[in-house]
Amino acid sequence: MTDASAQPQTSKHSGSLLEQDARTRRRNAKEARFKAYGIAAILVGVLALIVLLWAILSNGLPAFQRAIVQVDMTVTQEEFDAAEGTLFKTKEYEKLFVTALSSQMMAAGIDANFEGKALERLLGKVGGTIRAYYRENPDQIGEVVTFDLAAASRIDRYLKGSLKREDIGPDNRFIQPEDFDVADAMREAGLLKQVFDWNFITGVDTGVDNPGGAGIGASVLGSFFMMIVVLFLALPIGVAASIYLEEFAPKNRFTDFIEVNISNLAAVPSIVFGILGLAVFIQFMHLPQSAPLVGGLVLTLMTLPTIIISTRASLKAVPPSIRDAALGVGASKMQSVFHHVLPLAAPGILTGTIIGLAQALGETAPLLLIGMVGFVARYPDTFLGGLEGPNSAMPAQIYNWAARSDPVFTEKAWGGIIILLVFLLAMNIIAIILRRRFERRW
Amino acid sequence: MSAFWLLLLVLGIALVSYVLGRGRALSSAGGDIRNLHSLPVYYGANAALFVLIPSLILLMLWMVAQPLVVGARVQASIPAEAVSEGSTIGLVMSDVRRVADGLDLAVAQGVIEPSYATTSDTNLTEVRERLGDVGVALGSDISVTVLTAAQLLRETNASWYFWRTVLVVALALAGLGYAYSMTQKDFRARNTVERVILYLLIGAASIAILTTVGILFSLIFNTVEFFRIYPASEFFFSLTWSPSFGGGSELGILPLLWGTFYISLIALLVAVPIGLLSAIYLSEYASPAVRSIAKPLLEVLAGIPTIVYGLFALLTVGPFLVSFFGQNGHFGVNWMAGGTAVMTAGLVMGIMLIPFVSSLSDDIINAVPQAMRDGSLGLGATKSETIKQVVLPAALPGIVGAILLAASRAIGETMIVVLGAGAAARLSMNPFDAMTTVTAKIVSQLTGDSDFASPEALVAFALGMTLFVITLGLNVFALYIVRKYREQYE
Amino acid sequence: MLDDQQLVDRKVQSKEAKIAARGVNVHYGVTHAIKDVDVDIDHKTVTAFIGPSGCGKSTFLRCINRMNDTIDVARVTGDILIDNENIYDKKVDPVQLRAKVGMVFQKPNPFPKSIYDNIAYGPRIHGLAKSKADLDEIVEKSLRRGAIWDEVKDRLNAPGTGLSGGQQQRLCIARAVATEPEVLLMDEPCSALDPIATAQVEELIDELRQNYSVVIVTHSMQQAARVSQKTAFFHLGTLVEFGETGQIFTNPQDERTESYITGRIG
Repeated sequence: MTDASAQPQTSKHSGSLLEQDARTRRRNAKEARFKAYGIAAILVGVLALIVLLWAILSNGLPAFQRAIVQVDMTVTQEEFDAAEGTLFKTKEYEKLFVTALSSQMMAAGIDANFEGKALERLLGKVGGTIRAYYRENPDQIGEVVTFDLAAASRIDRYLKGSLKREDIGPDNRFIQPEDFDVADAMREAGLLKQVFDWNFITGVDTGVDNPGGAGIGASVLGSFFMMIVVLFLALPIGVAASIYLEEFAPKNRFTDFIEVNISNLAAVPSIVFGILGLAVFIQFMHLPQSAPLVGGLVLTLMTLPTIIISTRASLKAVPPSIRDAALGVGASKMQSVFHHVLPLAAPGILTGTIIGLAQALGETAPLLLIGMVGFVARYPDTFLGGLEGPNSAMPAQIYNWAARSDPVFTEKAWGGIIILLVFLLAMNIIAIILRRRFERRW
Repeated sequence: MSAFWLLLLVLGIALVSYVLGRGRALSSAGGDIRNLHSLPVYYGANAALFVLIPSLILLMLWMVAQPLVVGARVQASIPAEAVSEGSTIGLVMSDVRRVADGLDLAVAQGVIEPSYATTSDTNLTEVRERLGDVGVALGSDISVTVLTAAQLLRETNASWYFWRTVLVVALALAGLGYAYSMTQKDFRARNTVERVILYLLIGAASIAILTTVGILFSLIFNTVEFFRIYPASEFFFSLTWSPSFGGGSELGILPLLWGTFYISLIALLVAVPIGLLSAIYLSEYASPAVRSIAKPLLEVLAGIPTIVYGLFALLTVGPFLVSFFGQNGHFGVNWMAGGTAVMTAGLVMGIMLIPFVSSLSDDIINAVPQAMRDGSLGLGATKSETIKQVVLPAALPGIVGAILLAASRAIGETMIVVLGAGAAARLSMNPFDAMTTVTAKIVSQLTGDSDFASPEALVAFALGMTLFVITLGLNVFALYIVRKYREQYE
Repeated sequence: MLDDQQLVDRKVQSKEAKIAARGVNVHYGVTHAIKDVDVDIDHKTVTAFIGPSGCGKSTFLRCINRMNDTIDVARVTGDILIDNENIYDKKVDPVQLRAKVGMVFQKPNPFPKSIYDNIAYGPRIHGLAKSKADLDEIVEKSLRRGAIWDEVKDRLNAPGTGLSGGQQQRLCIARAVATEPEVLLMDEPCSALDPIATAQVEELIDELRQNYSVVIVTHSMQQAARVSQKTAFFHLGTLVEFGETGQIFTNPQDERTESYITGRIG
């Protein structure tokens, strides 16, 4: 029946195992090459990550600093009265300031001469600021007051090293080559220095004429309001939908249809959700444009599939014995789910929700379509105003800055990315801690 | 009364109903809850639901119906001759709405008297100025017709709002009365409440369907509108894309599709080899220690928002490429005119897709049974021979599915191409040219102050429809392949 | 007890030791899976490893072609000599070794390829065929030796996964034979098969003995008695008793062996 008895040919493996034949060597070389490709691929991926992070940090960190000129000055009552009596009041204050500045430079042993124009190029119009201060705080007259005055954005960039002396031509309207000498001298005297720029974190967007003063604060608040909307809609709806699908849904066409819809929505490009928001919420329902409420609604619809998928996974992880135990003591199906299954699945659900929120926080494209890129230069007054009033969001604000030509705004965009990533990092760490802390193995 | 306060009022009535229902159930049981069919909370909840559900449904229907009905009635009141040449009744109506909103705002801020806003002999110029004060900018001329229609709109709305409040509150109270009358100790409150909760759960699950319907509705409706004013054959077959808001635009999709596919192709050429090889290394070669470091590092790439990649493309990768391929570049080839290019966007998008490809492939490779590897290793195959000749062919359908999903991601990606690919629509083979994509043009056509009724804005919906159909097709096909593959090894 | 078994004292054709294991220990992480095993396996003989589950018989089998190398936590010490060469020597390439020591697994695991490609896989990677005709010949010969040629000769391009369980296992045996090994290791080759398929495979094993040394791990004492000339009994990681199959089953020296074959442990 079989030919098993046929004699095999002389063995092909007659050589000693202790020495590799040529073919094995070739095959092993191939093996090593293939393995090297794998390592190379991973290194390329990690390298990309490093370059990306390096680009973000090196370009973005300067945005958190700004150059100020710190000058102590005393204005006596006589000087105040005299200045208020002249025609060009701010000019007088400027003179007082120059005097104070010069004396402090002298004290530091540095000699430099100022002219009003140069000072204006370095600091802007300081006279007005000083006058406004003393008019508001007359009790400070005669006292020593320390003024922190923002340096011009070009001096700021000079200090940060992104603007070089040789970049500036002699006929530049904003800055002159000799201004750098003055700046260097002031820095040496300890008057010009870099400080942490709180205004970048708390401030609002500014126009193109004042790039240095732009802050991300208002759009952080816009993002915050959107996340509130997403949390309060997506979490309950997502959990309810998952409970239905996992615990109650009969196996029928309707259920299948819902499942197909969810898995497809998870892969629909985000821009399409933007179109949905524009057409349904703004065109059809006449909700206000640029409002975090609408942004939140759009992001809710986008995040739902993510939350549903992770919630169902955590519901599925609760063993059926728990359900049987509850049903066994006479609880209704609904009670067994809400009293026993849901609390056990809660950590997993929360983790999934936080990750969904983090995704929503970084999403930009749909926000562009519902008009959240407008110029918003104020904080909302009320909670409702925060929801309904026009606002921006962090990623949209970053996009907005990136699209402007001034390099200071570019720096702000990178800085904004750092803040956005800090938020995302925090959310992911919370999610990881939750998972570590409450993860249960059945 | 605004919808918000009305909602609060209804919630208040529901709370009262809860307390009353619970109290009545307890008293009917003589204060001993053992005599009740259900726990007392269920009686309260039942009573509250009888208040909430009917009145909220009414409120919701009303909010949908009112703008439609009132709008139709006001529109009917506008004489046909009031619609000037080159305008449409829709444009007139949007003027009417804007004026009416402006009047509302002006009255609310006390800029004009309520009576002044309603009289028919108001001065047109003065109205314009007053509205300008509260920040409502109107077109150059508001005709008497528009003003009258706006006033009619306000009046009708006001009376509808009044009746809405009355009817909703009445329904809420009726619900309270009915629930109260049927609450007694043998009533199966828990079953009723649980049935309602079940319907709520079903409702929540149906939101997925509603979202899909909403997407289709908003795309189809506006796309049809677009094809009514712009020929479909031009859209699909014209080789030129040059929108101009003055009219006479050429809106051919082909250059955009070409840009989209070119960029996606480059992205896949970057992401697929790197992602696949890293997945292979991580699942077949790497020690647990290496795996536990390298895998999360790669996954960080997936957690970074696309706006970051967009900026990275625009400000880092673009200039870097120009320094090699641009004028006076290190290669001296002058292929690249600016930082934004197909190559820039494609490379960065490829980086973004690496973790996507690698984690999908990782799952798929791990699904190949160990027995298959043992069989091959037992025959004296090396690991790489096993991977290339046994594991990969076995995983091929799954990997194809993963690549298709990645392609669908690339096609739908927006921020990277908006910032990194450029704005010029062109049909070119040079990967260092700036080109644009479907998604980038959706953004540019719908942001800015264009008129929604113009073909230049409506074309975005037709583009969106195309994008939706392509990505949906890819997704459905890919998910089908992946599912079939999984079943094979389960 | 096993008197109804057909315990023919089969003639052992060759007495030279093909495989010699000396002081083999295997650790899986902290588990000491194999403890100091010494055994000599003869050429052109069927040797059966029996024992209760978890006794280490499969682990020891996997040491013989270094399949344990593919498990990260496994650590093997001691010497295993094949033809007087230590296979755990640093200079030995497991790839080359496994071509000489073939293996058949518990569950039939044909590759998701055609029947032809399944058989041709080994010869191709080891470069055993000079031409297409050569390869065709090897495939046919292997399939014949696997006693499956008649069933598949008309559909060599059909996928191997489409065969029945018994056919798949014979295909896997044919696949192992195709690389011309000198030793054939079989890890419970019949445990996933029905009785008819089992009988076919057992018949095949008996025929393979003419050219190879076969080592078979089995759960079934009857199977060991039917196909093997030598039997080794493993218990808790140690080799308890090793000898002629007839002697082990009729006159065990160790009481643990006796307990096992009479069904008191295992």
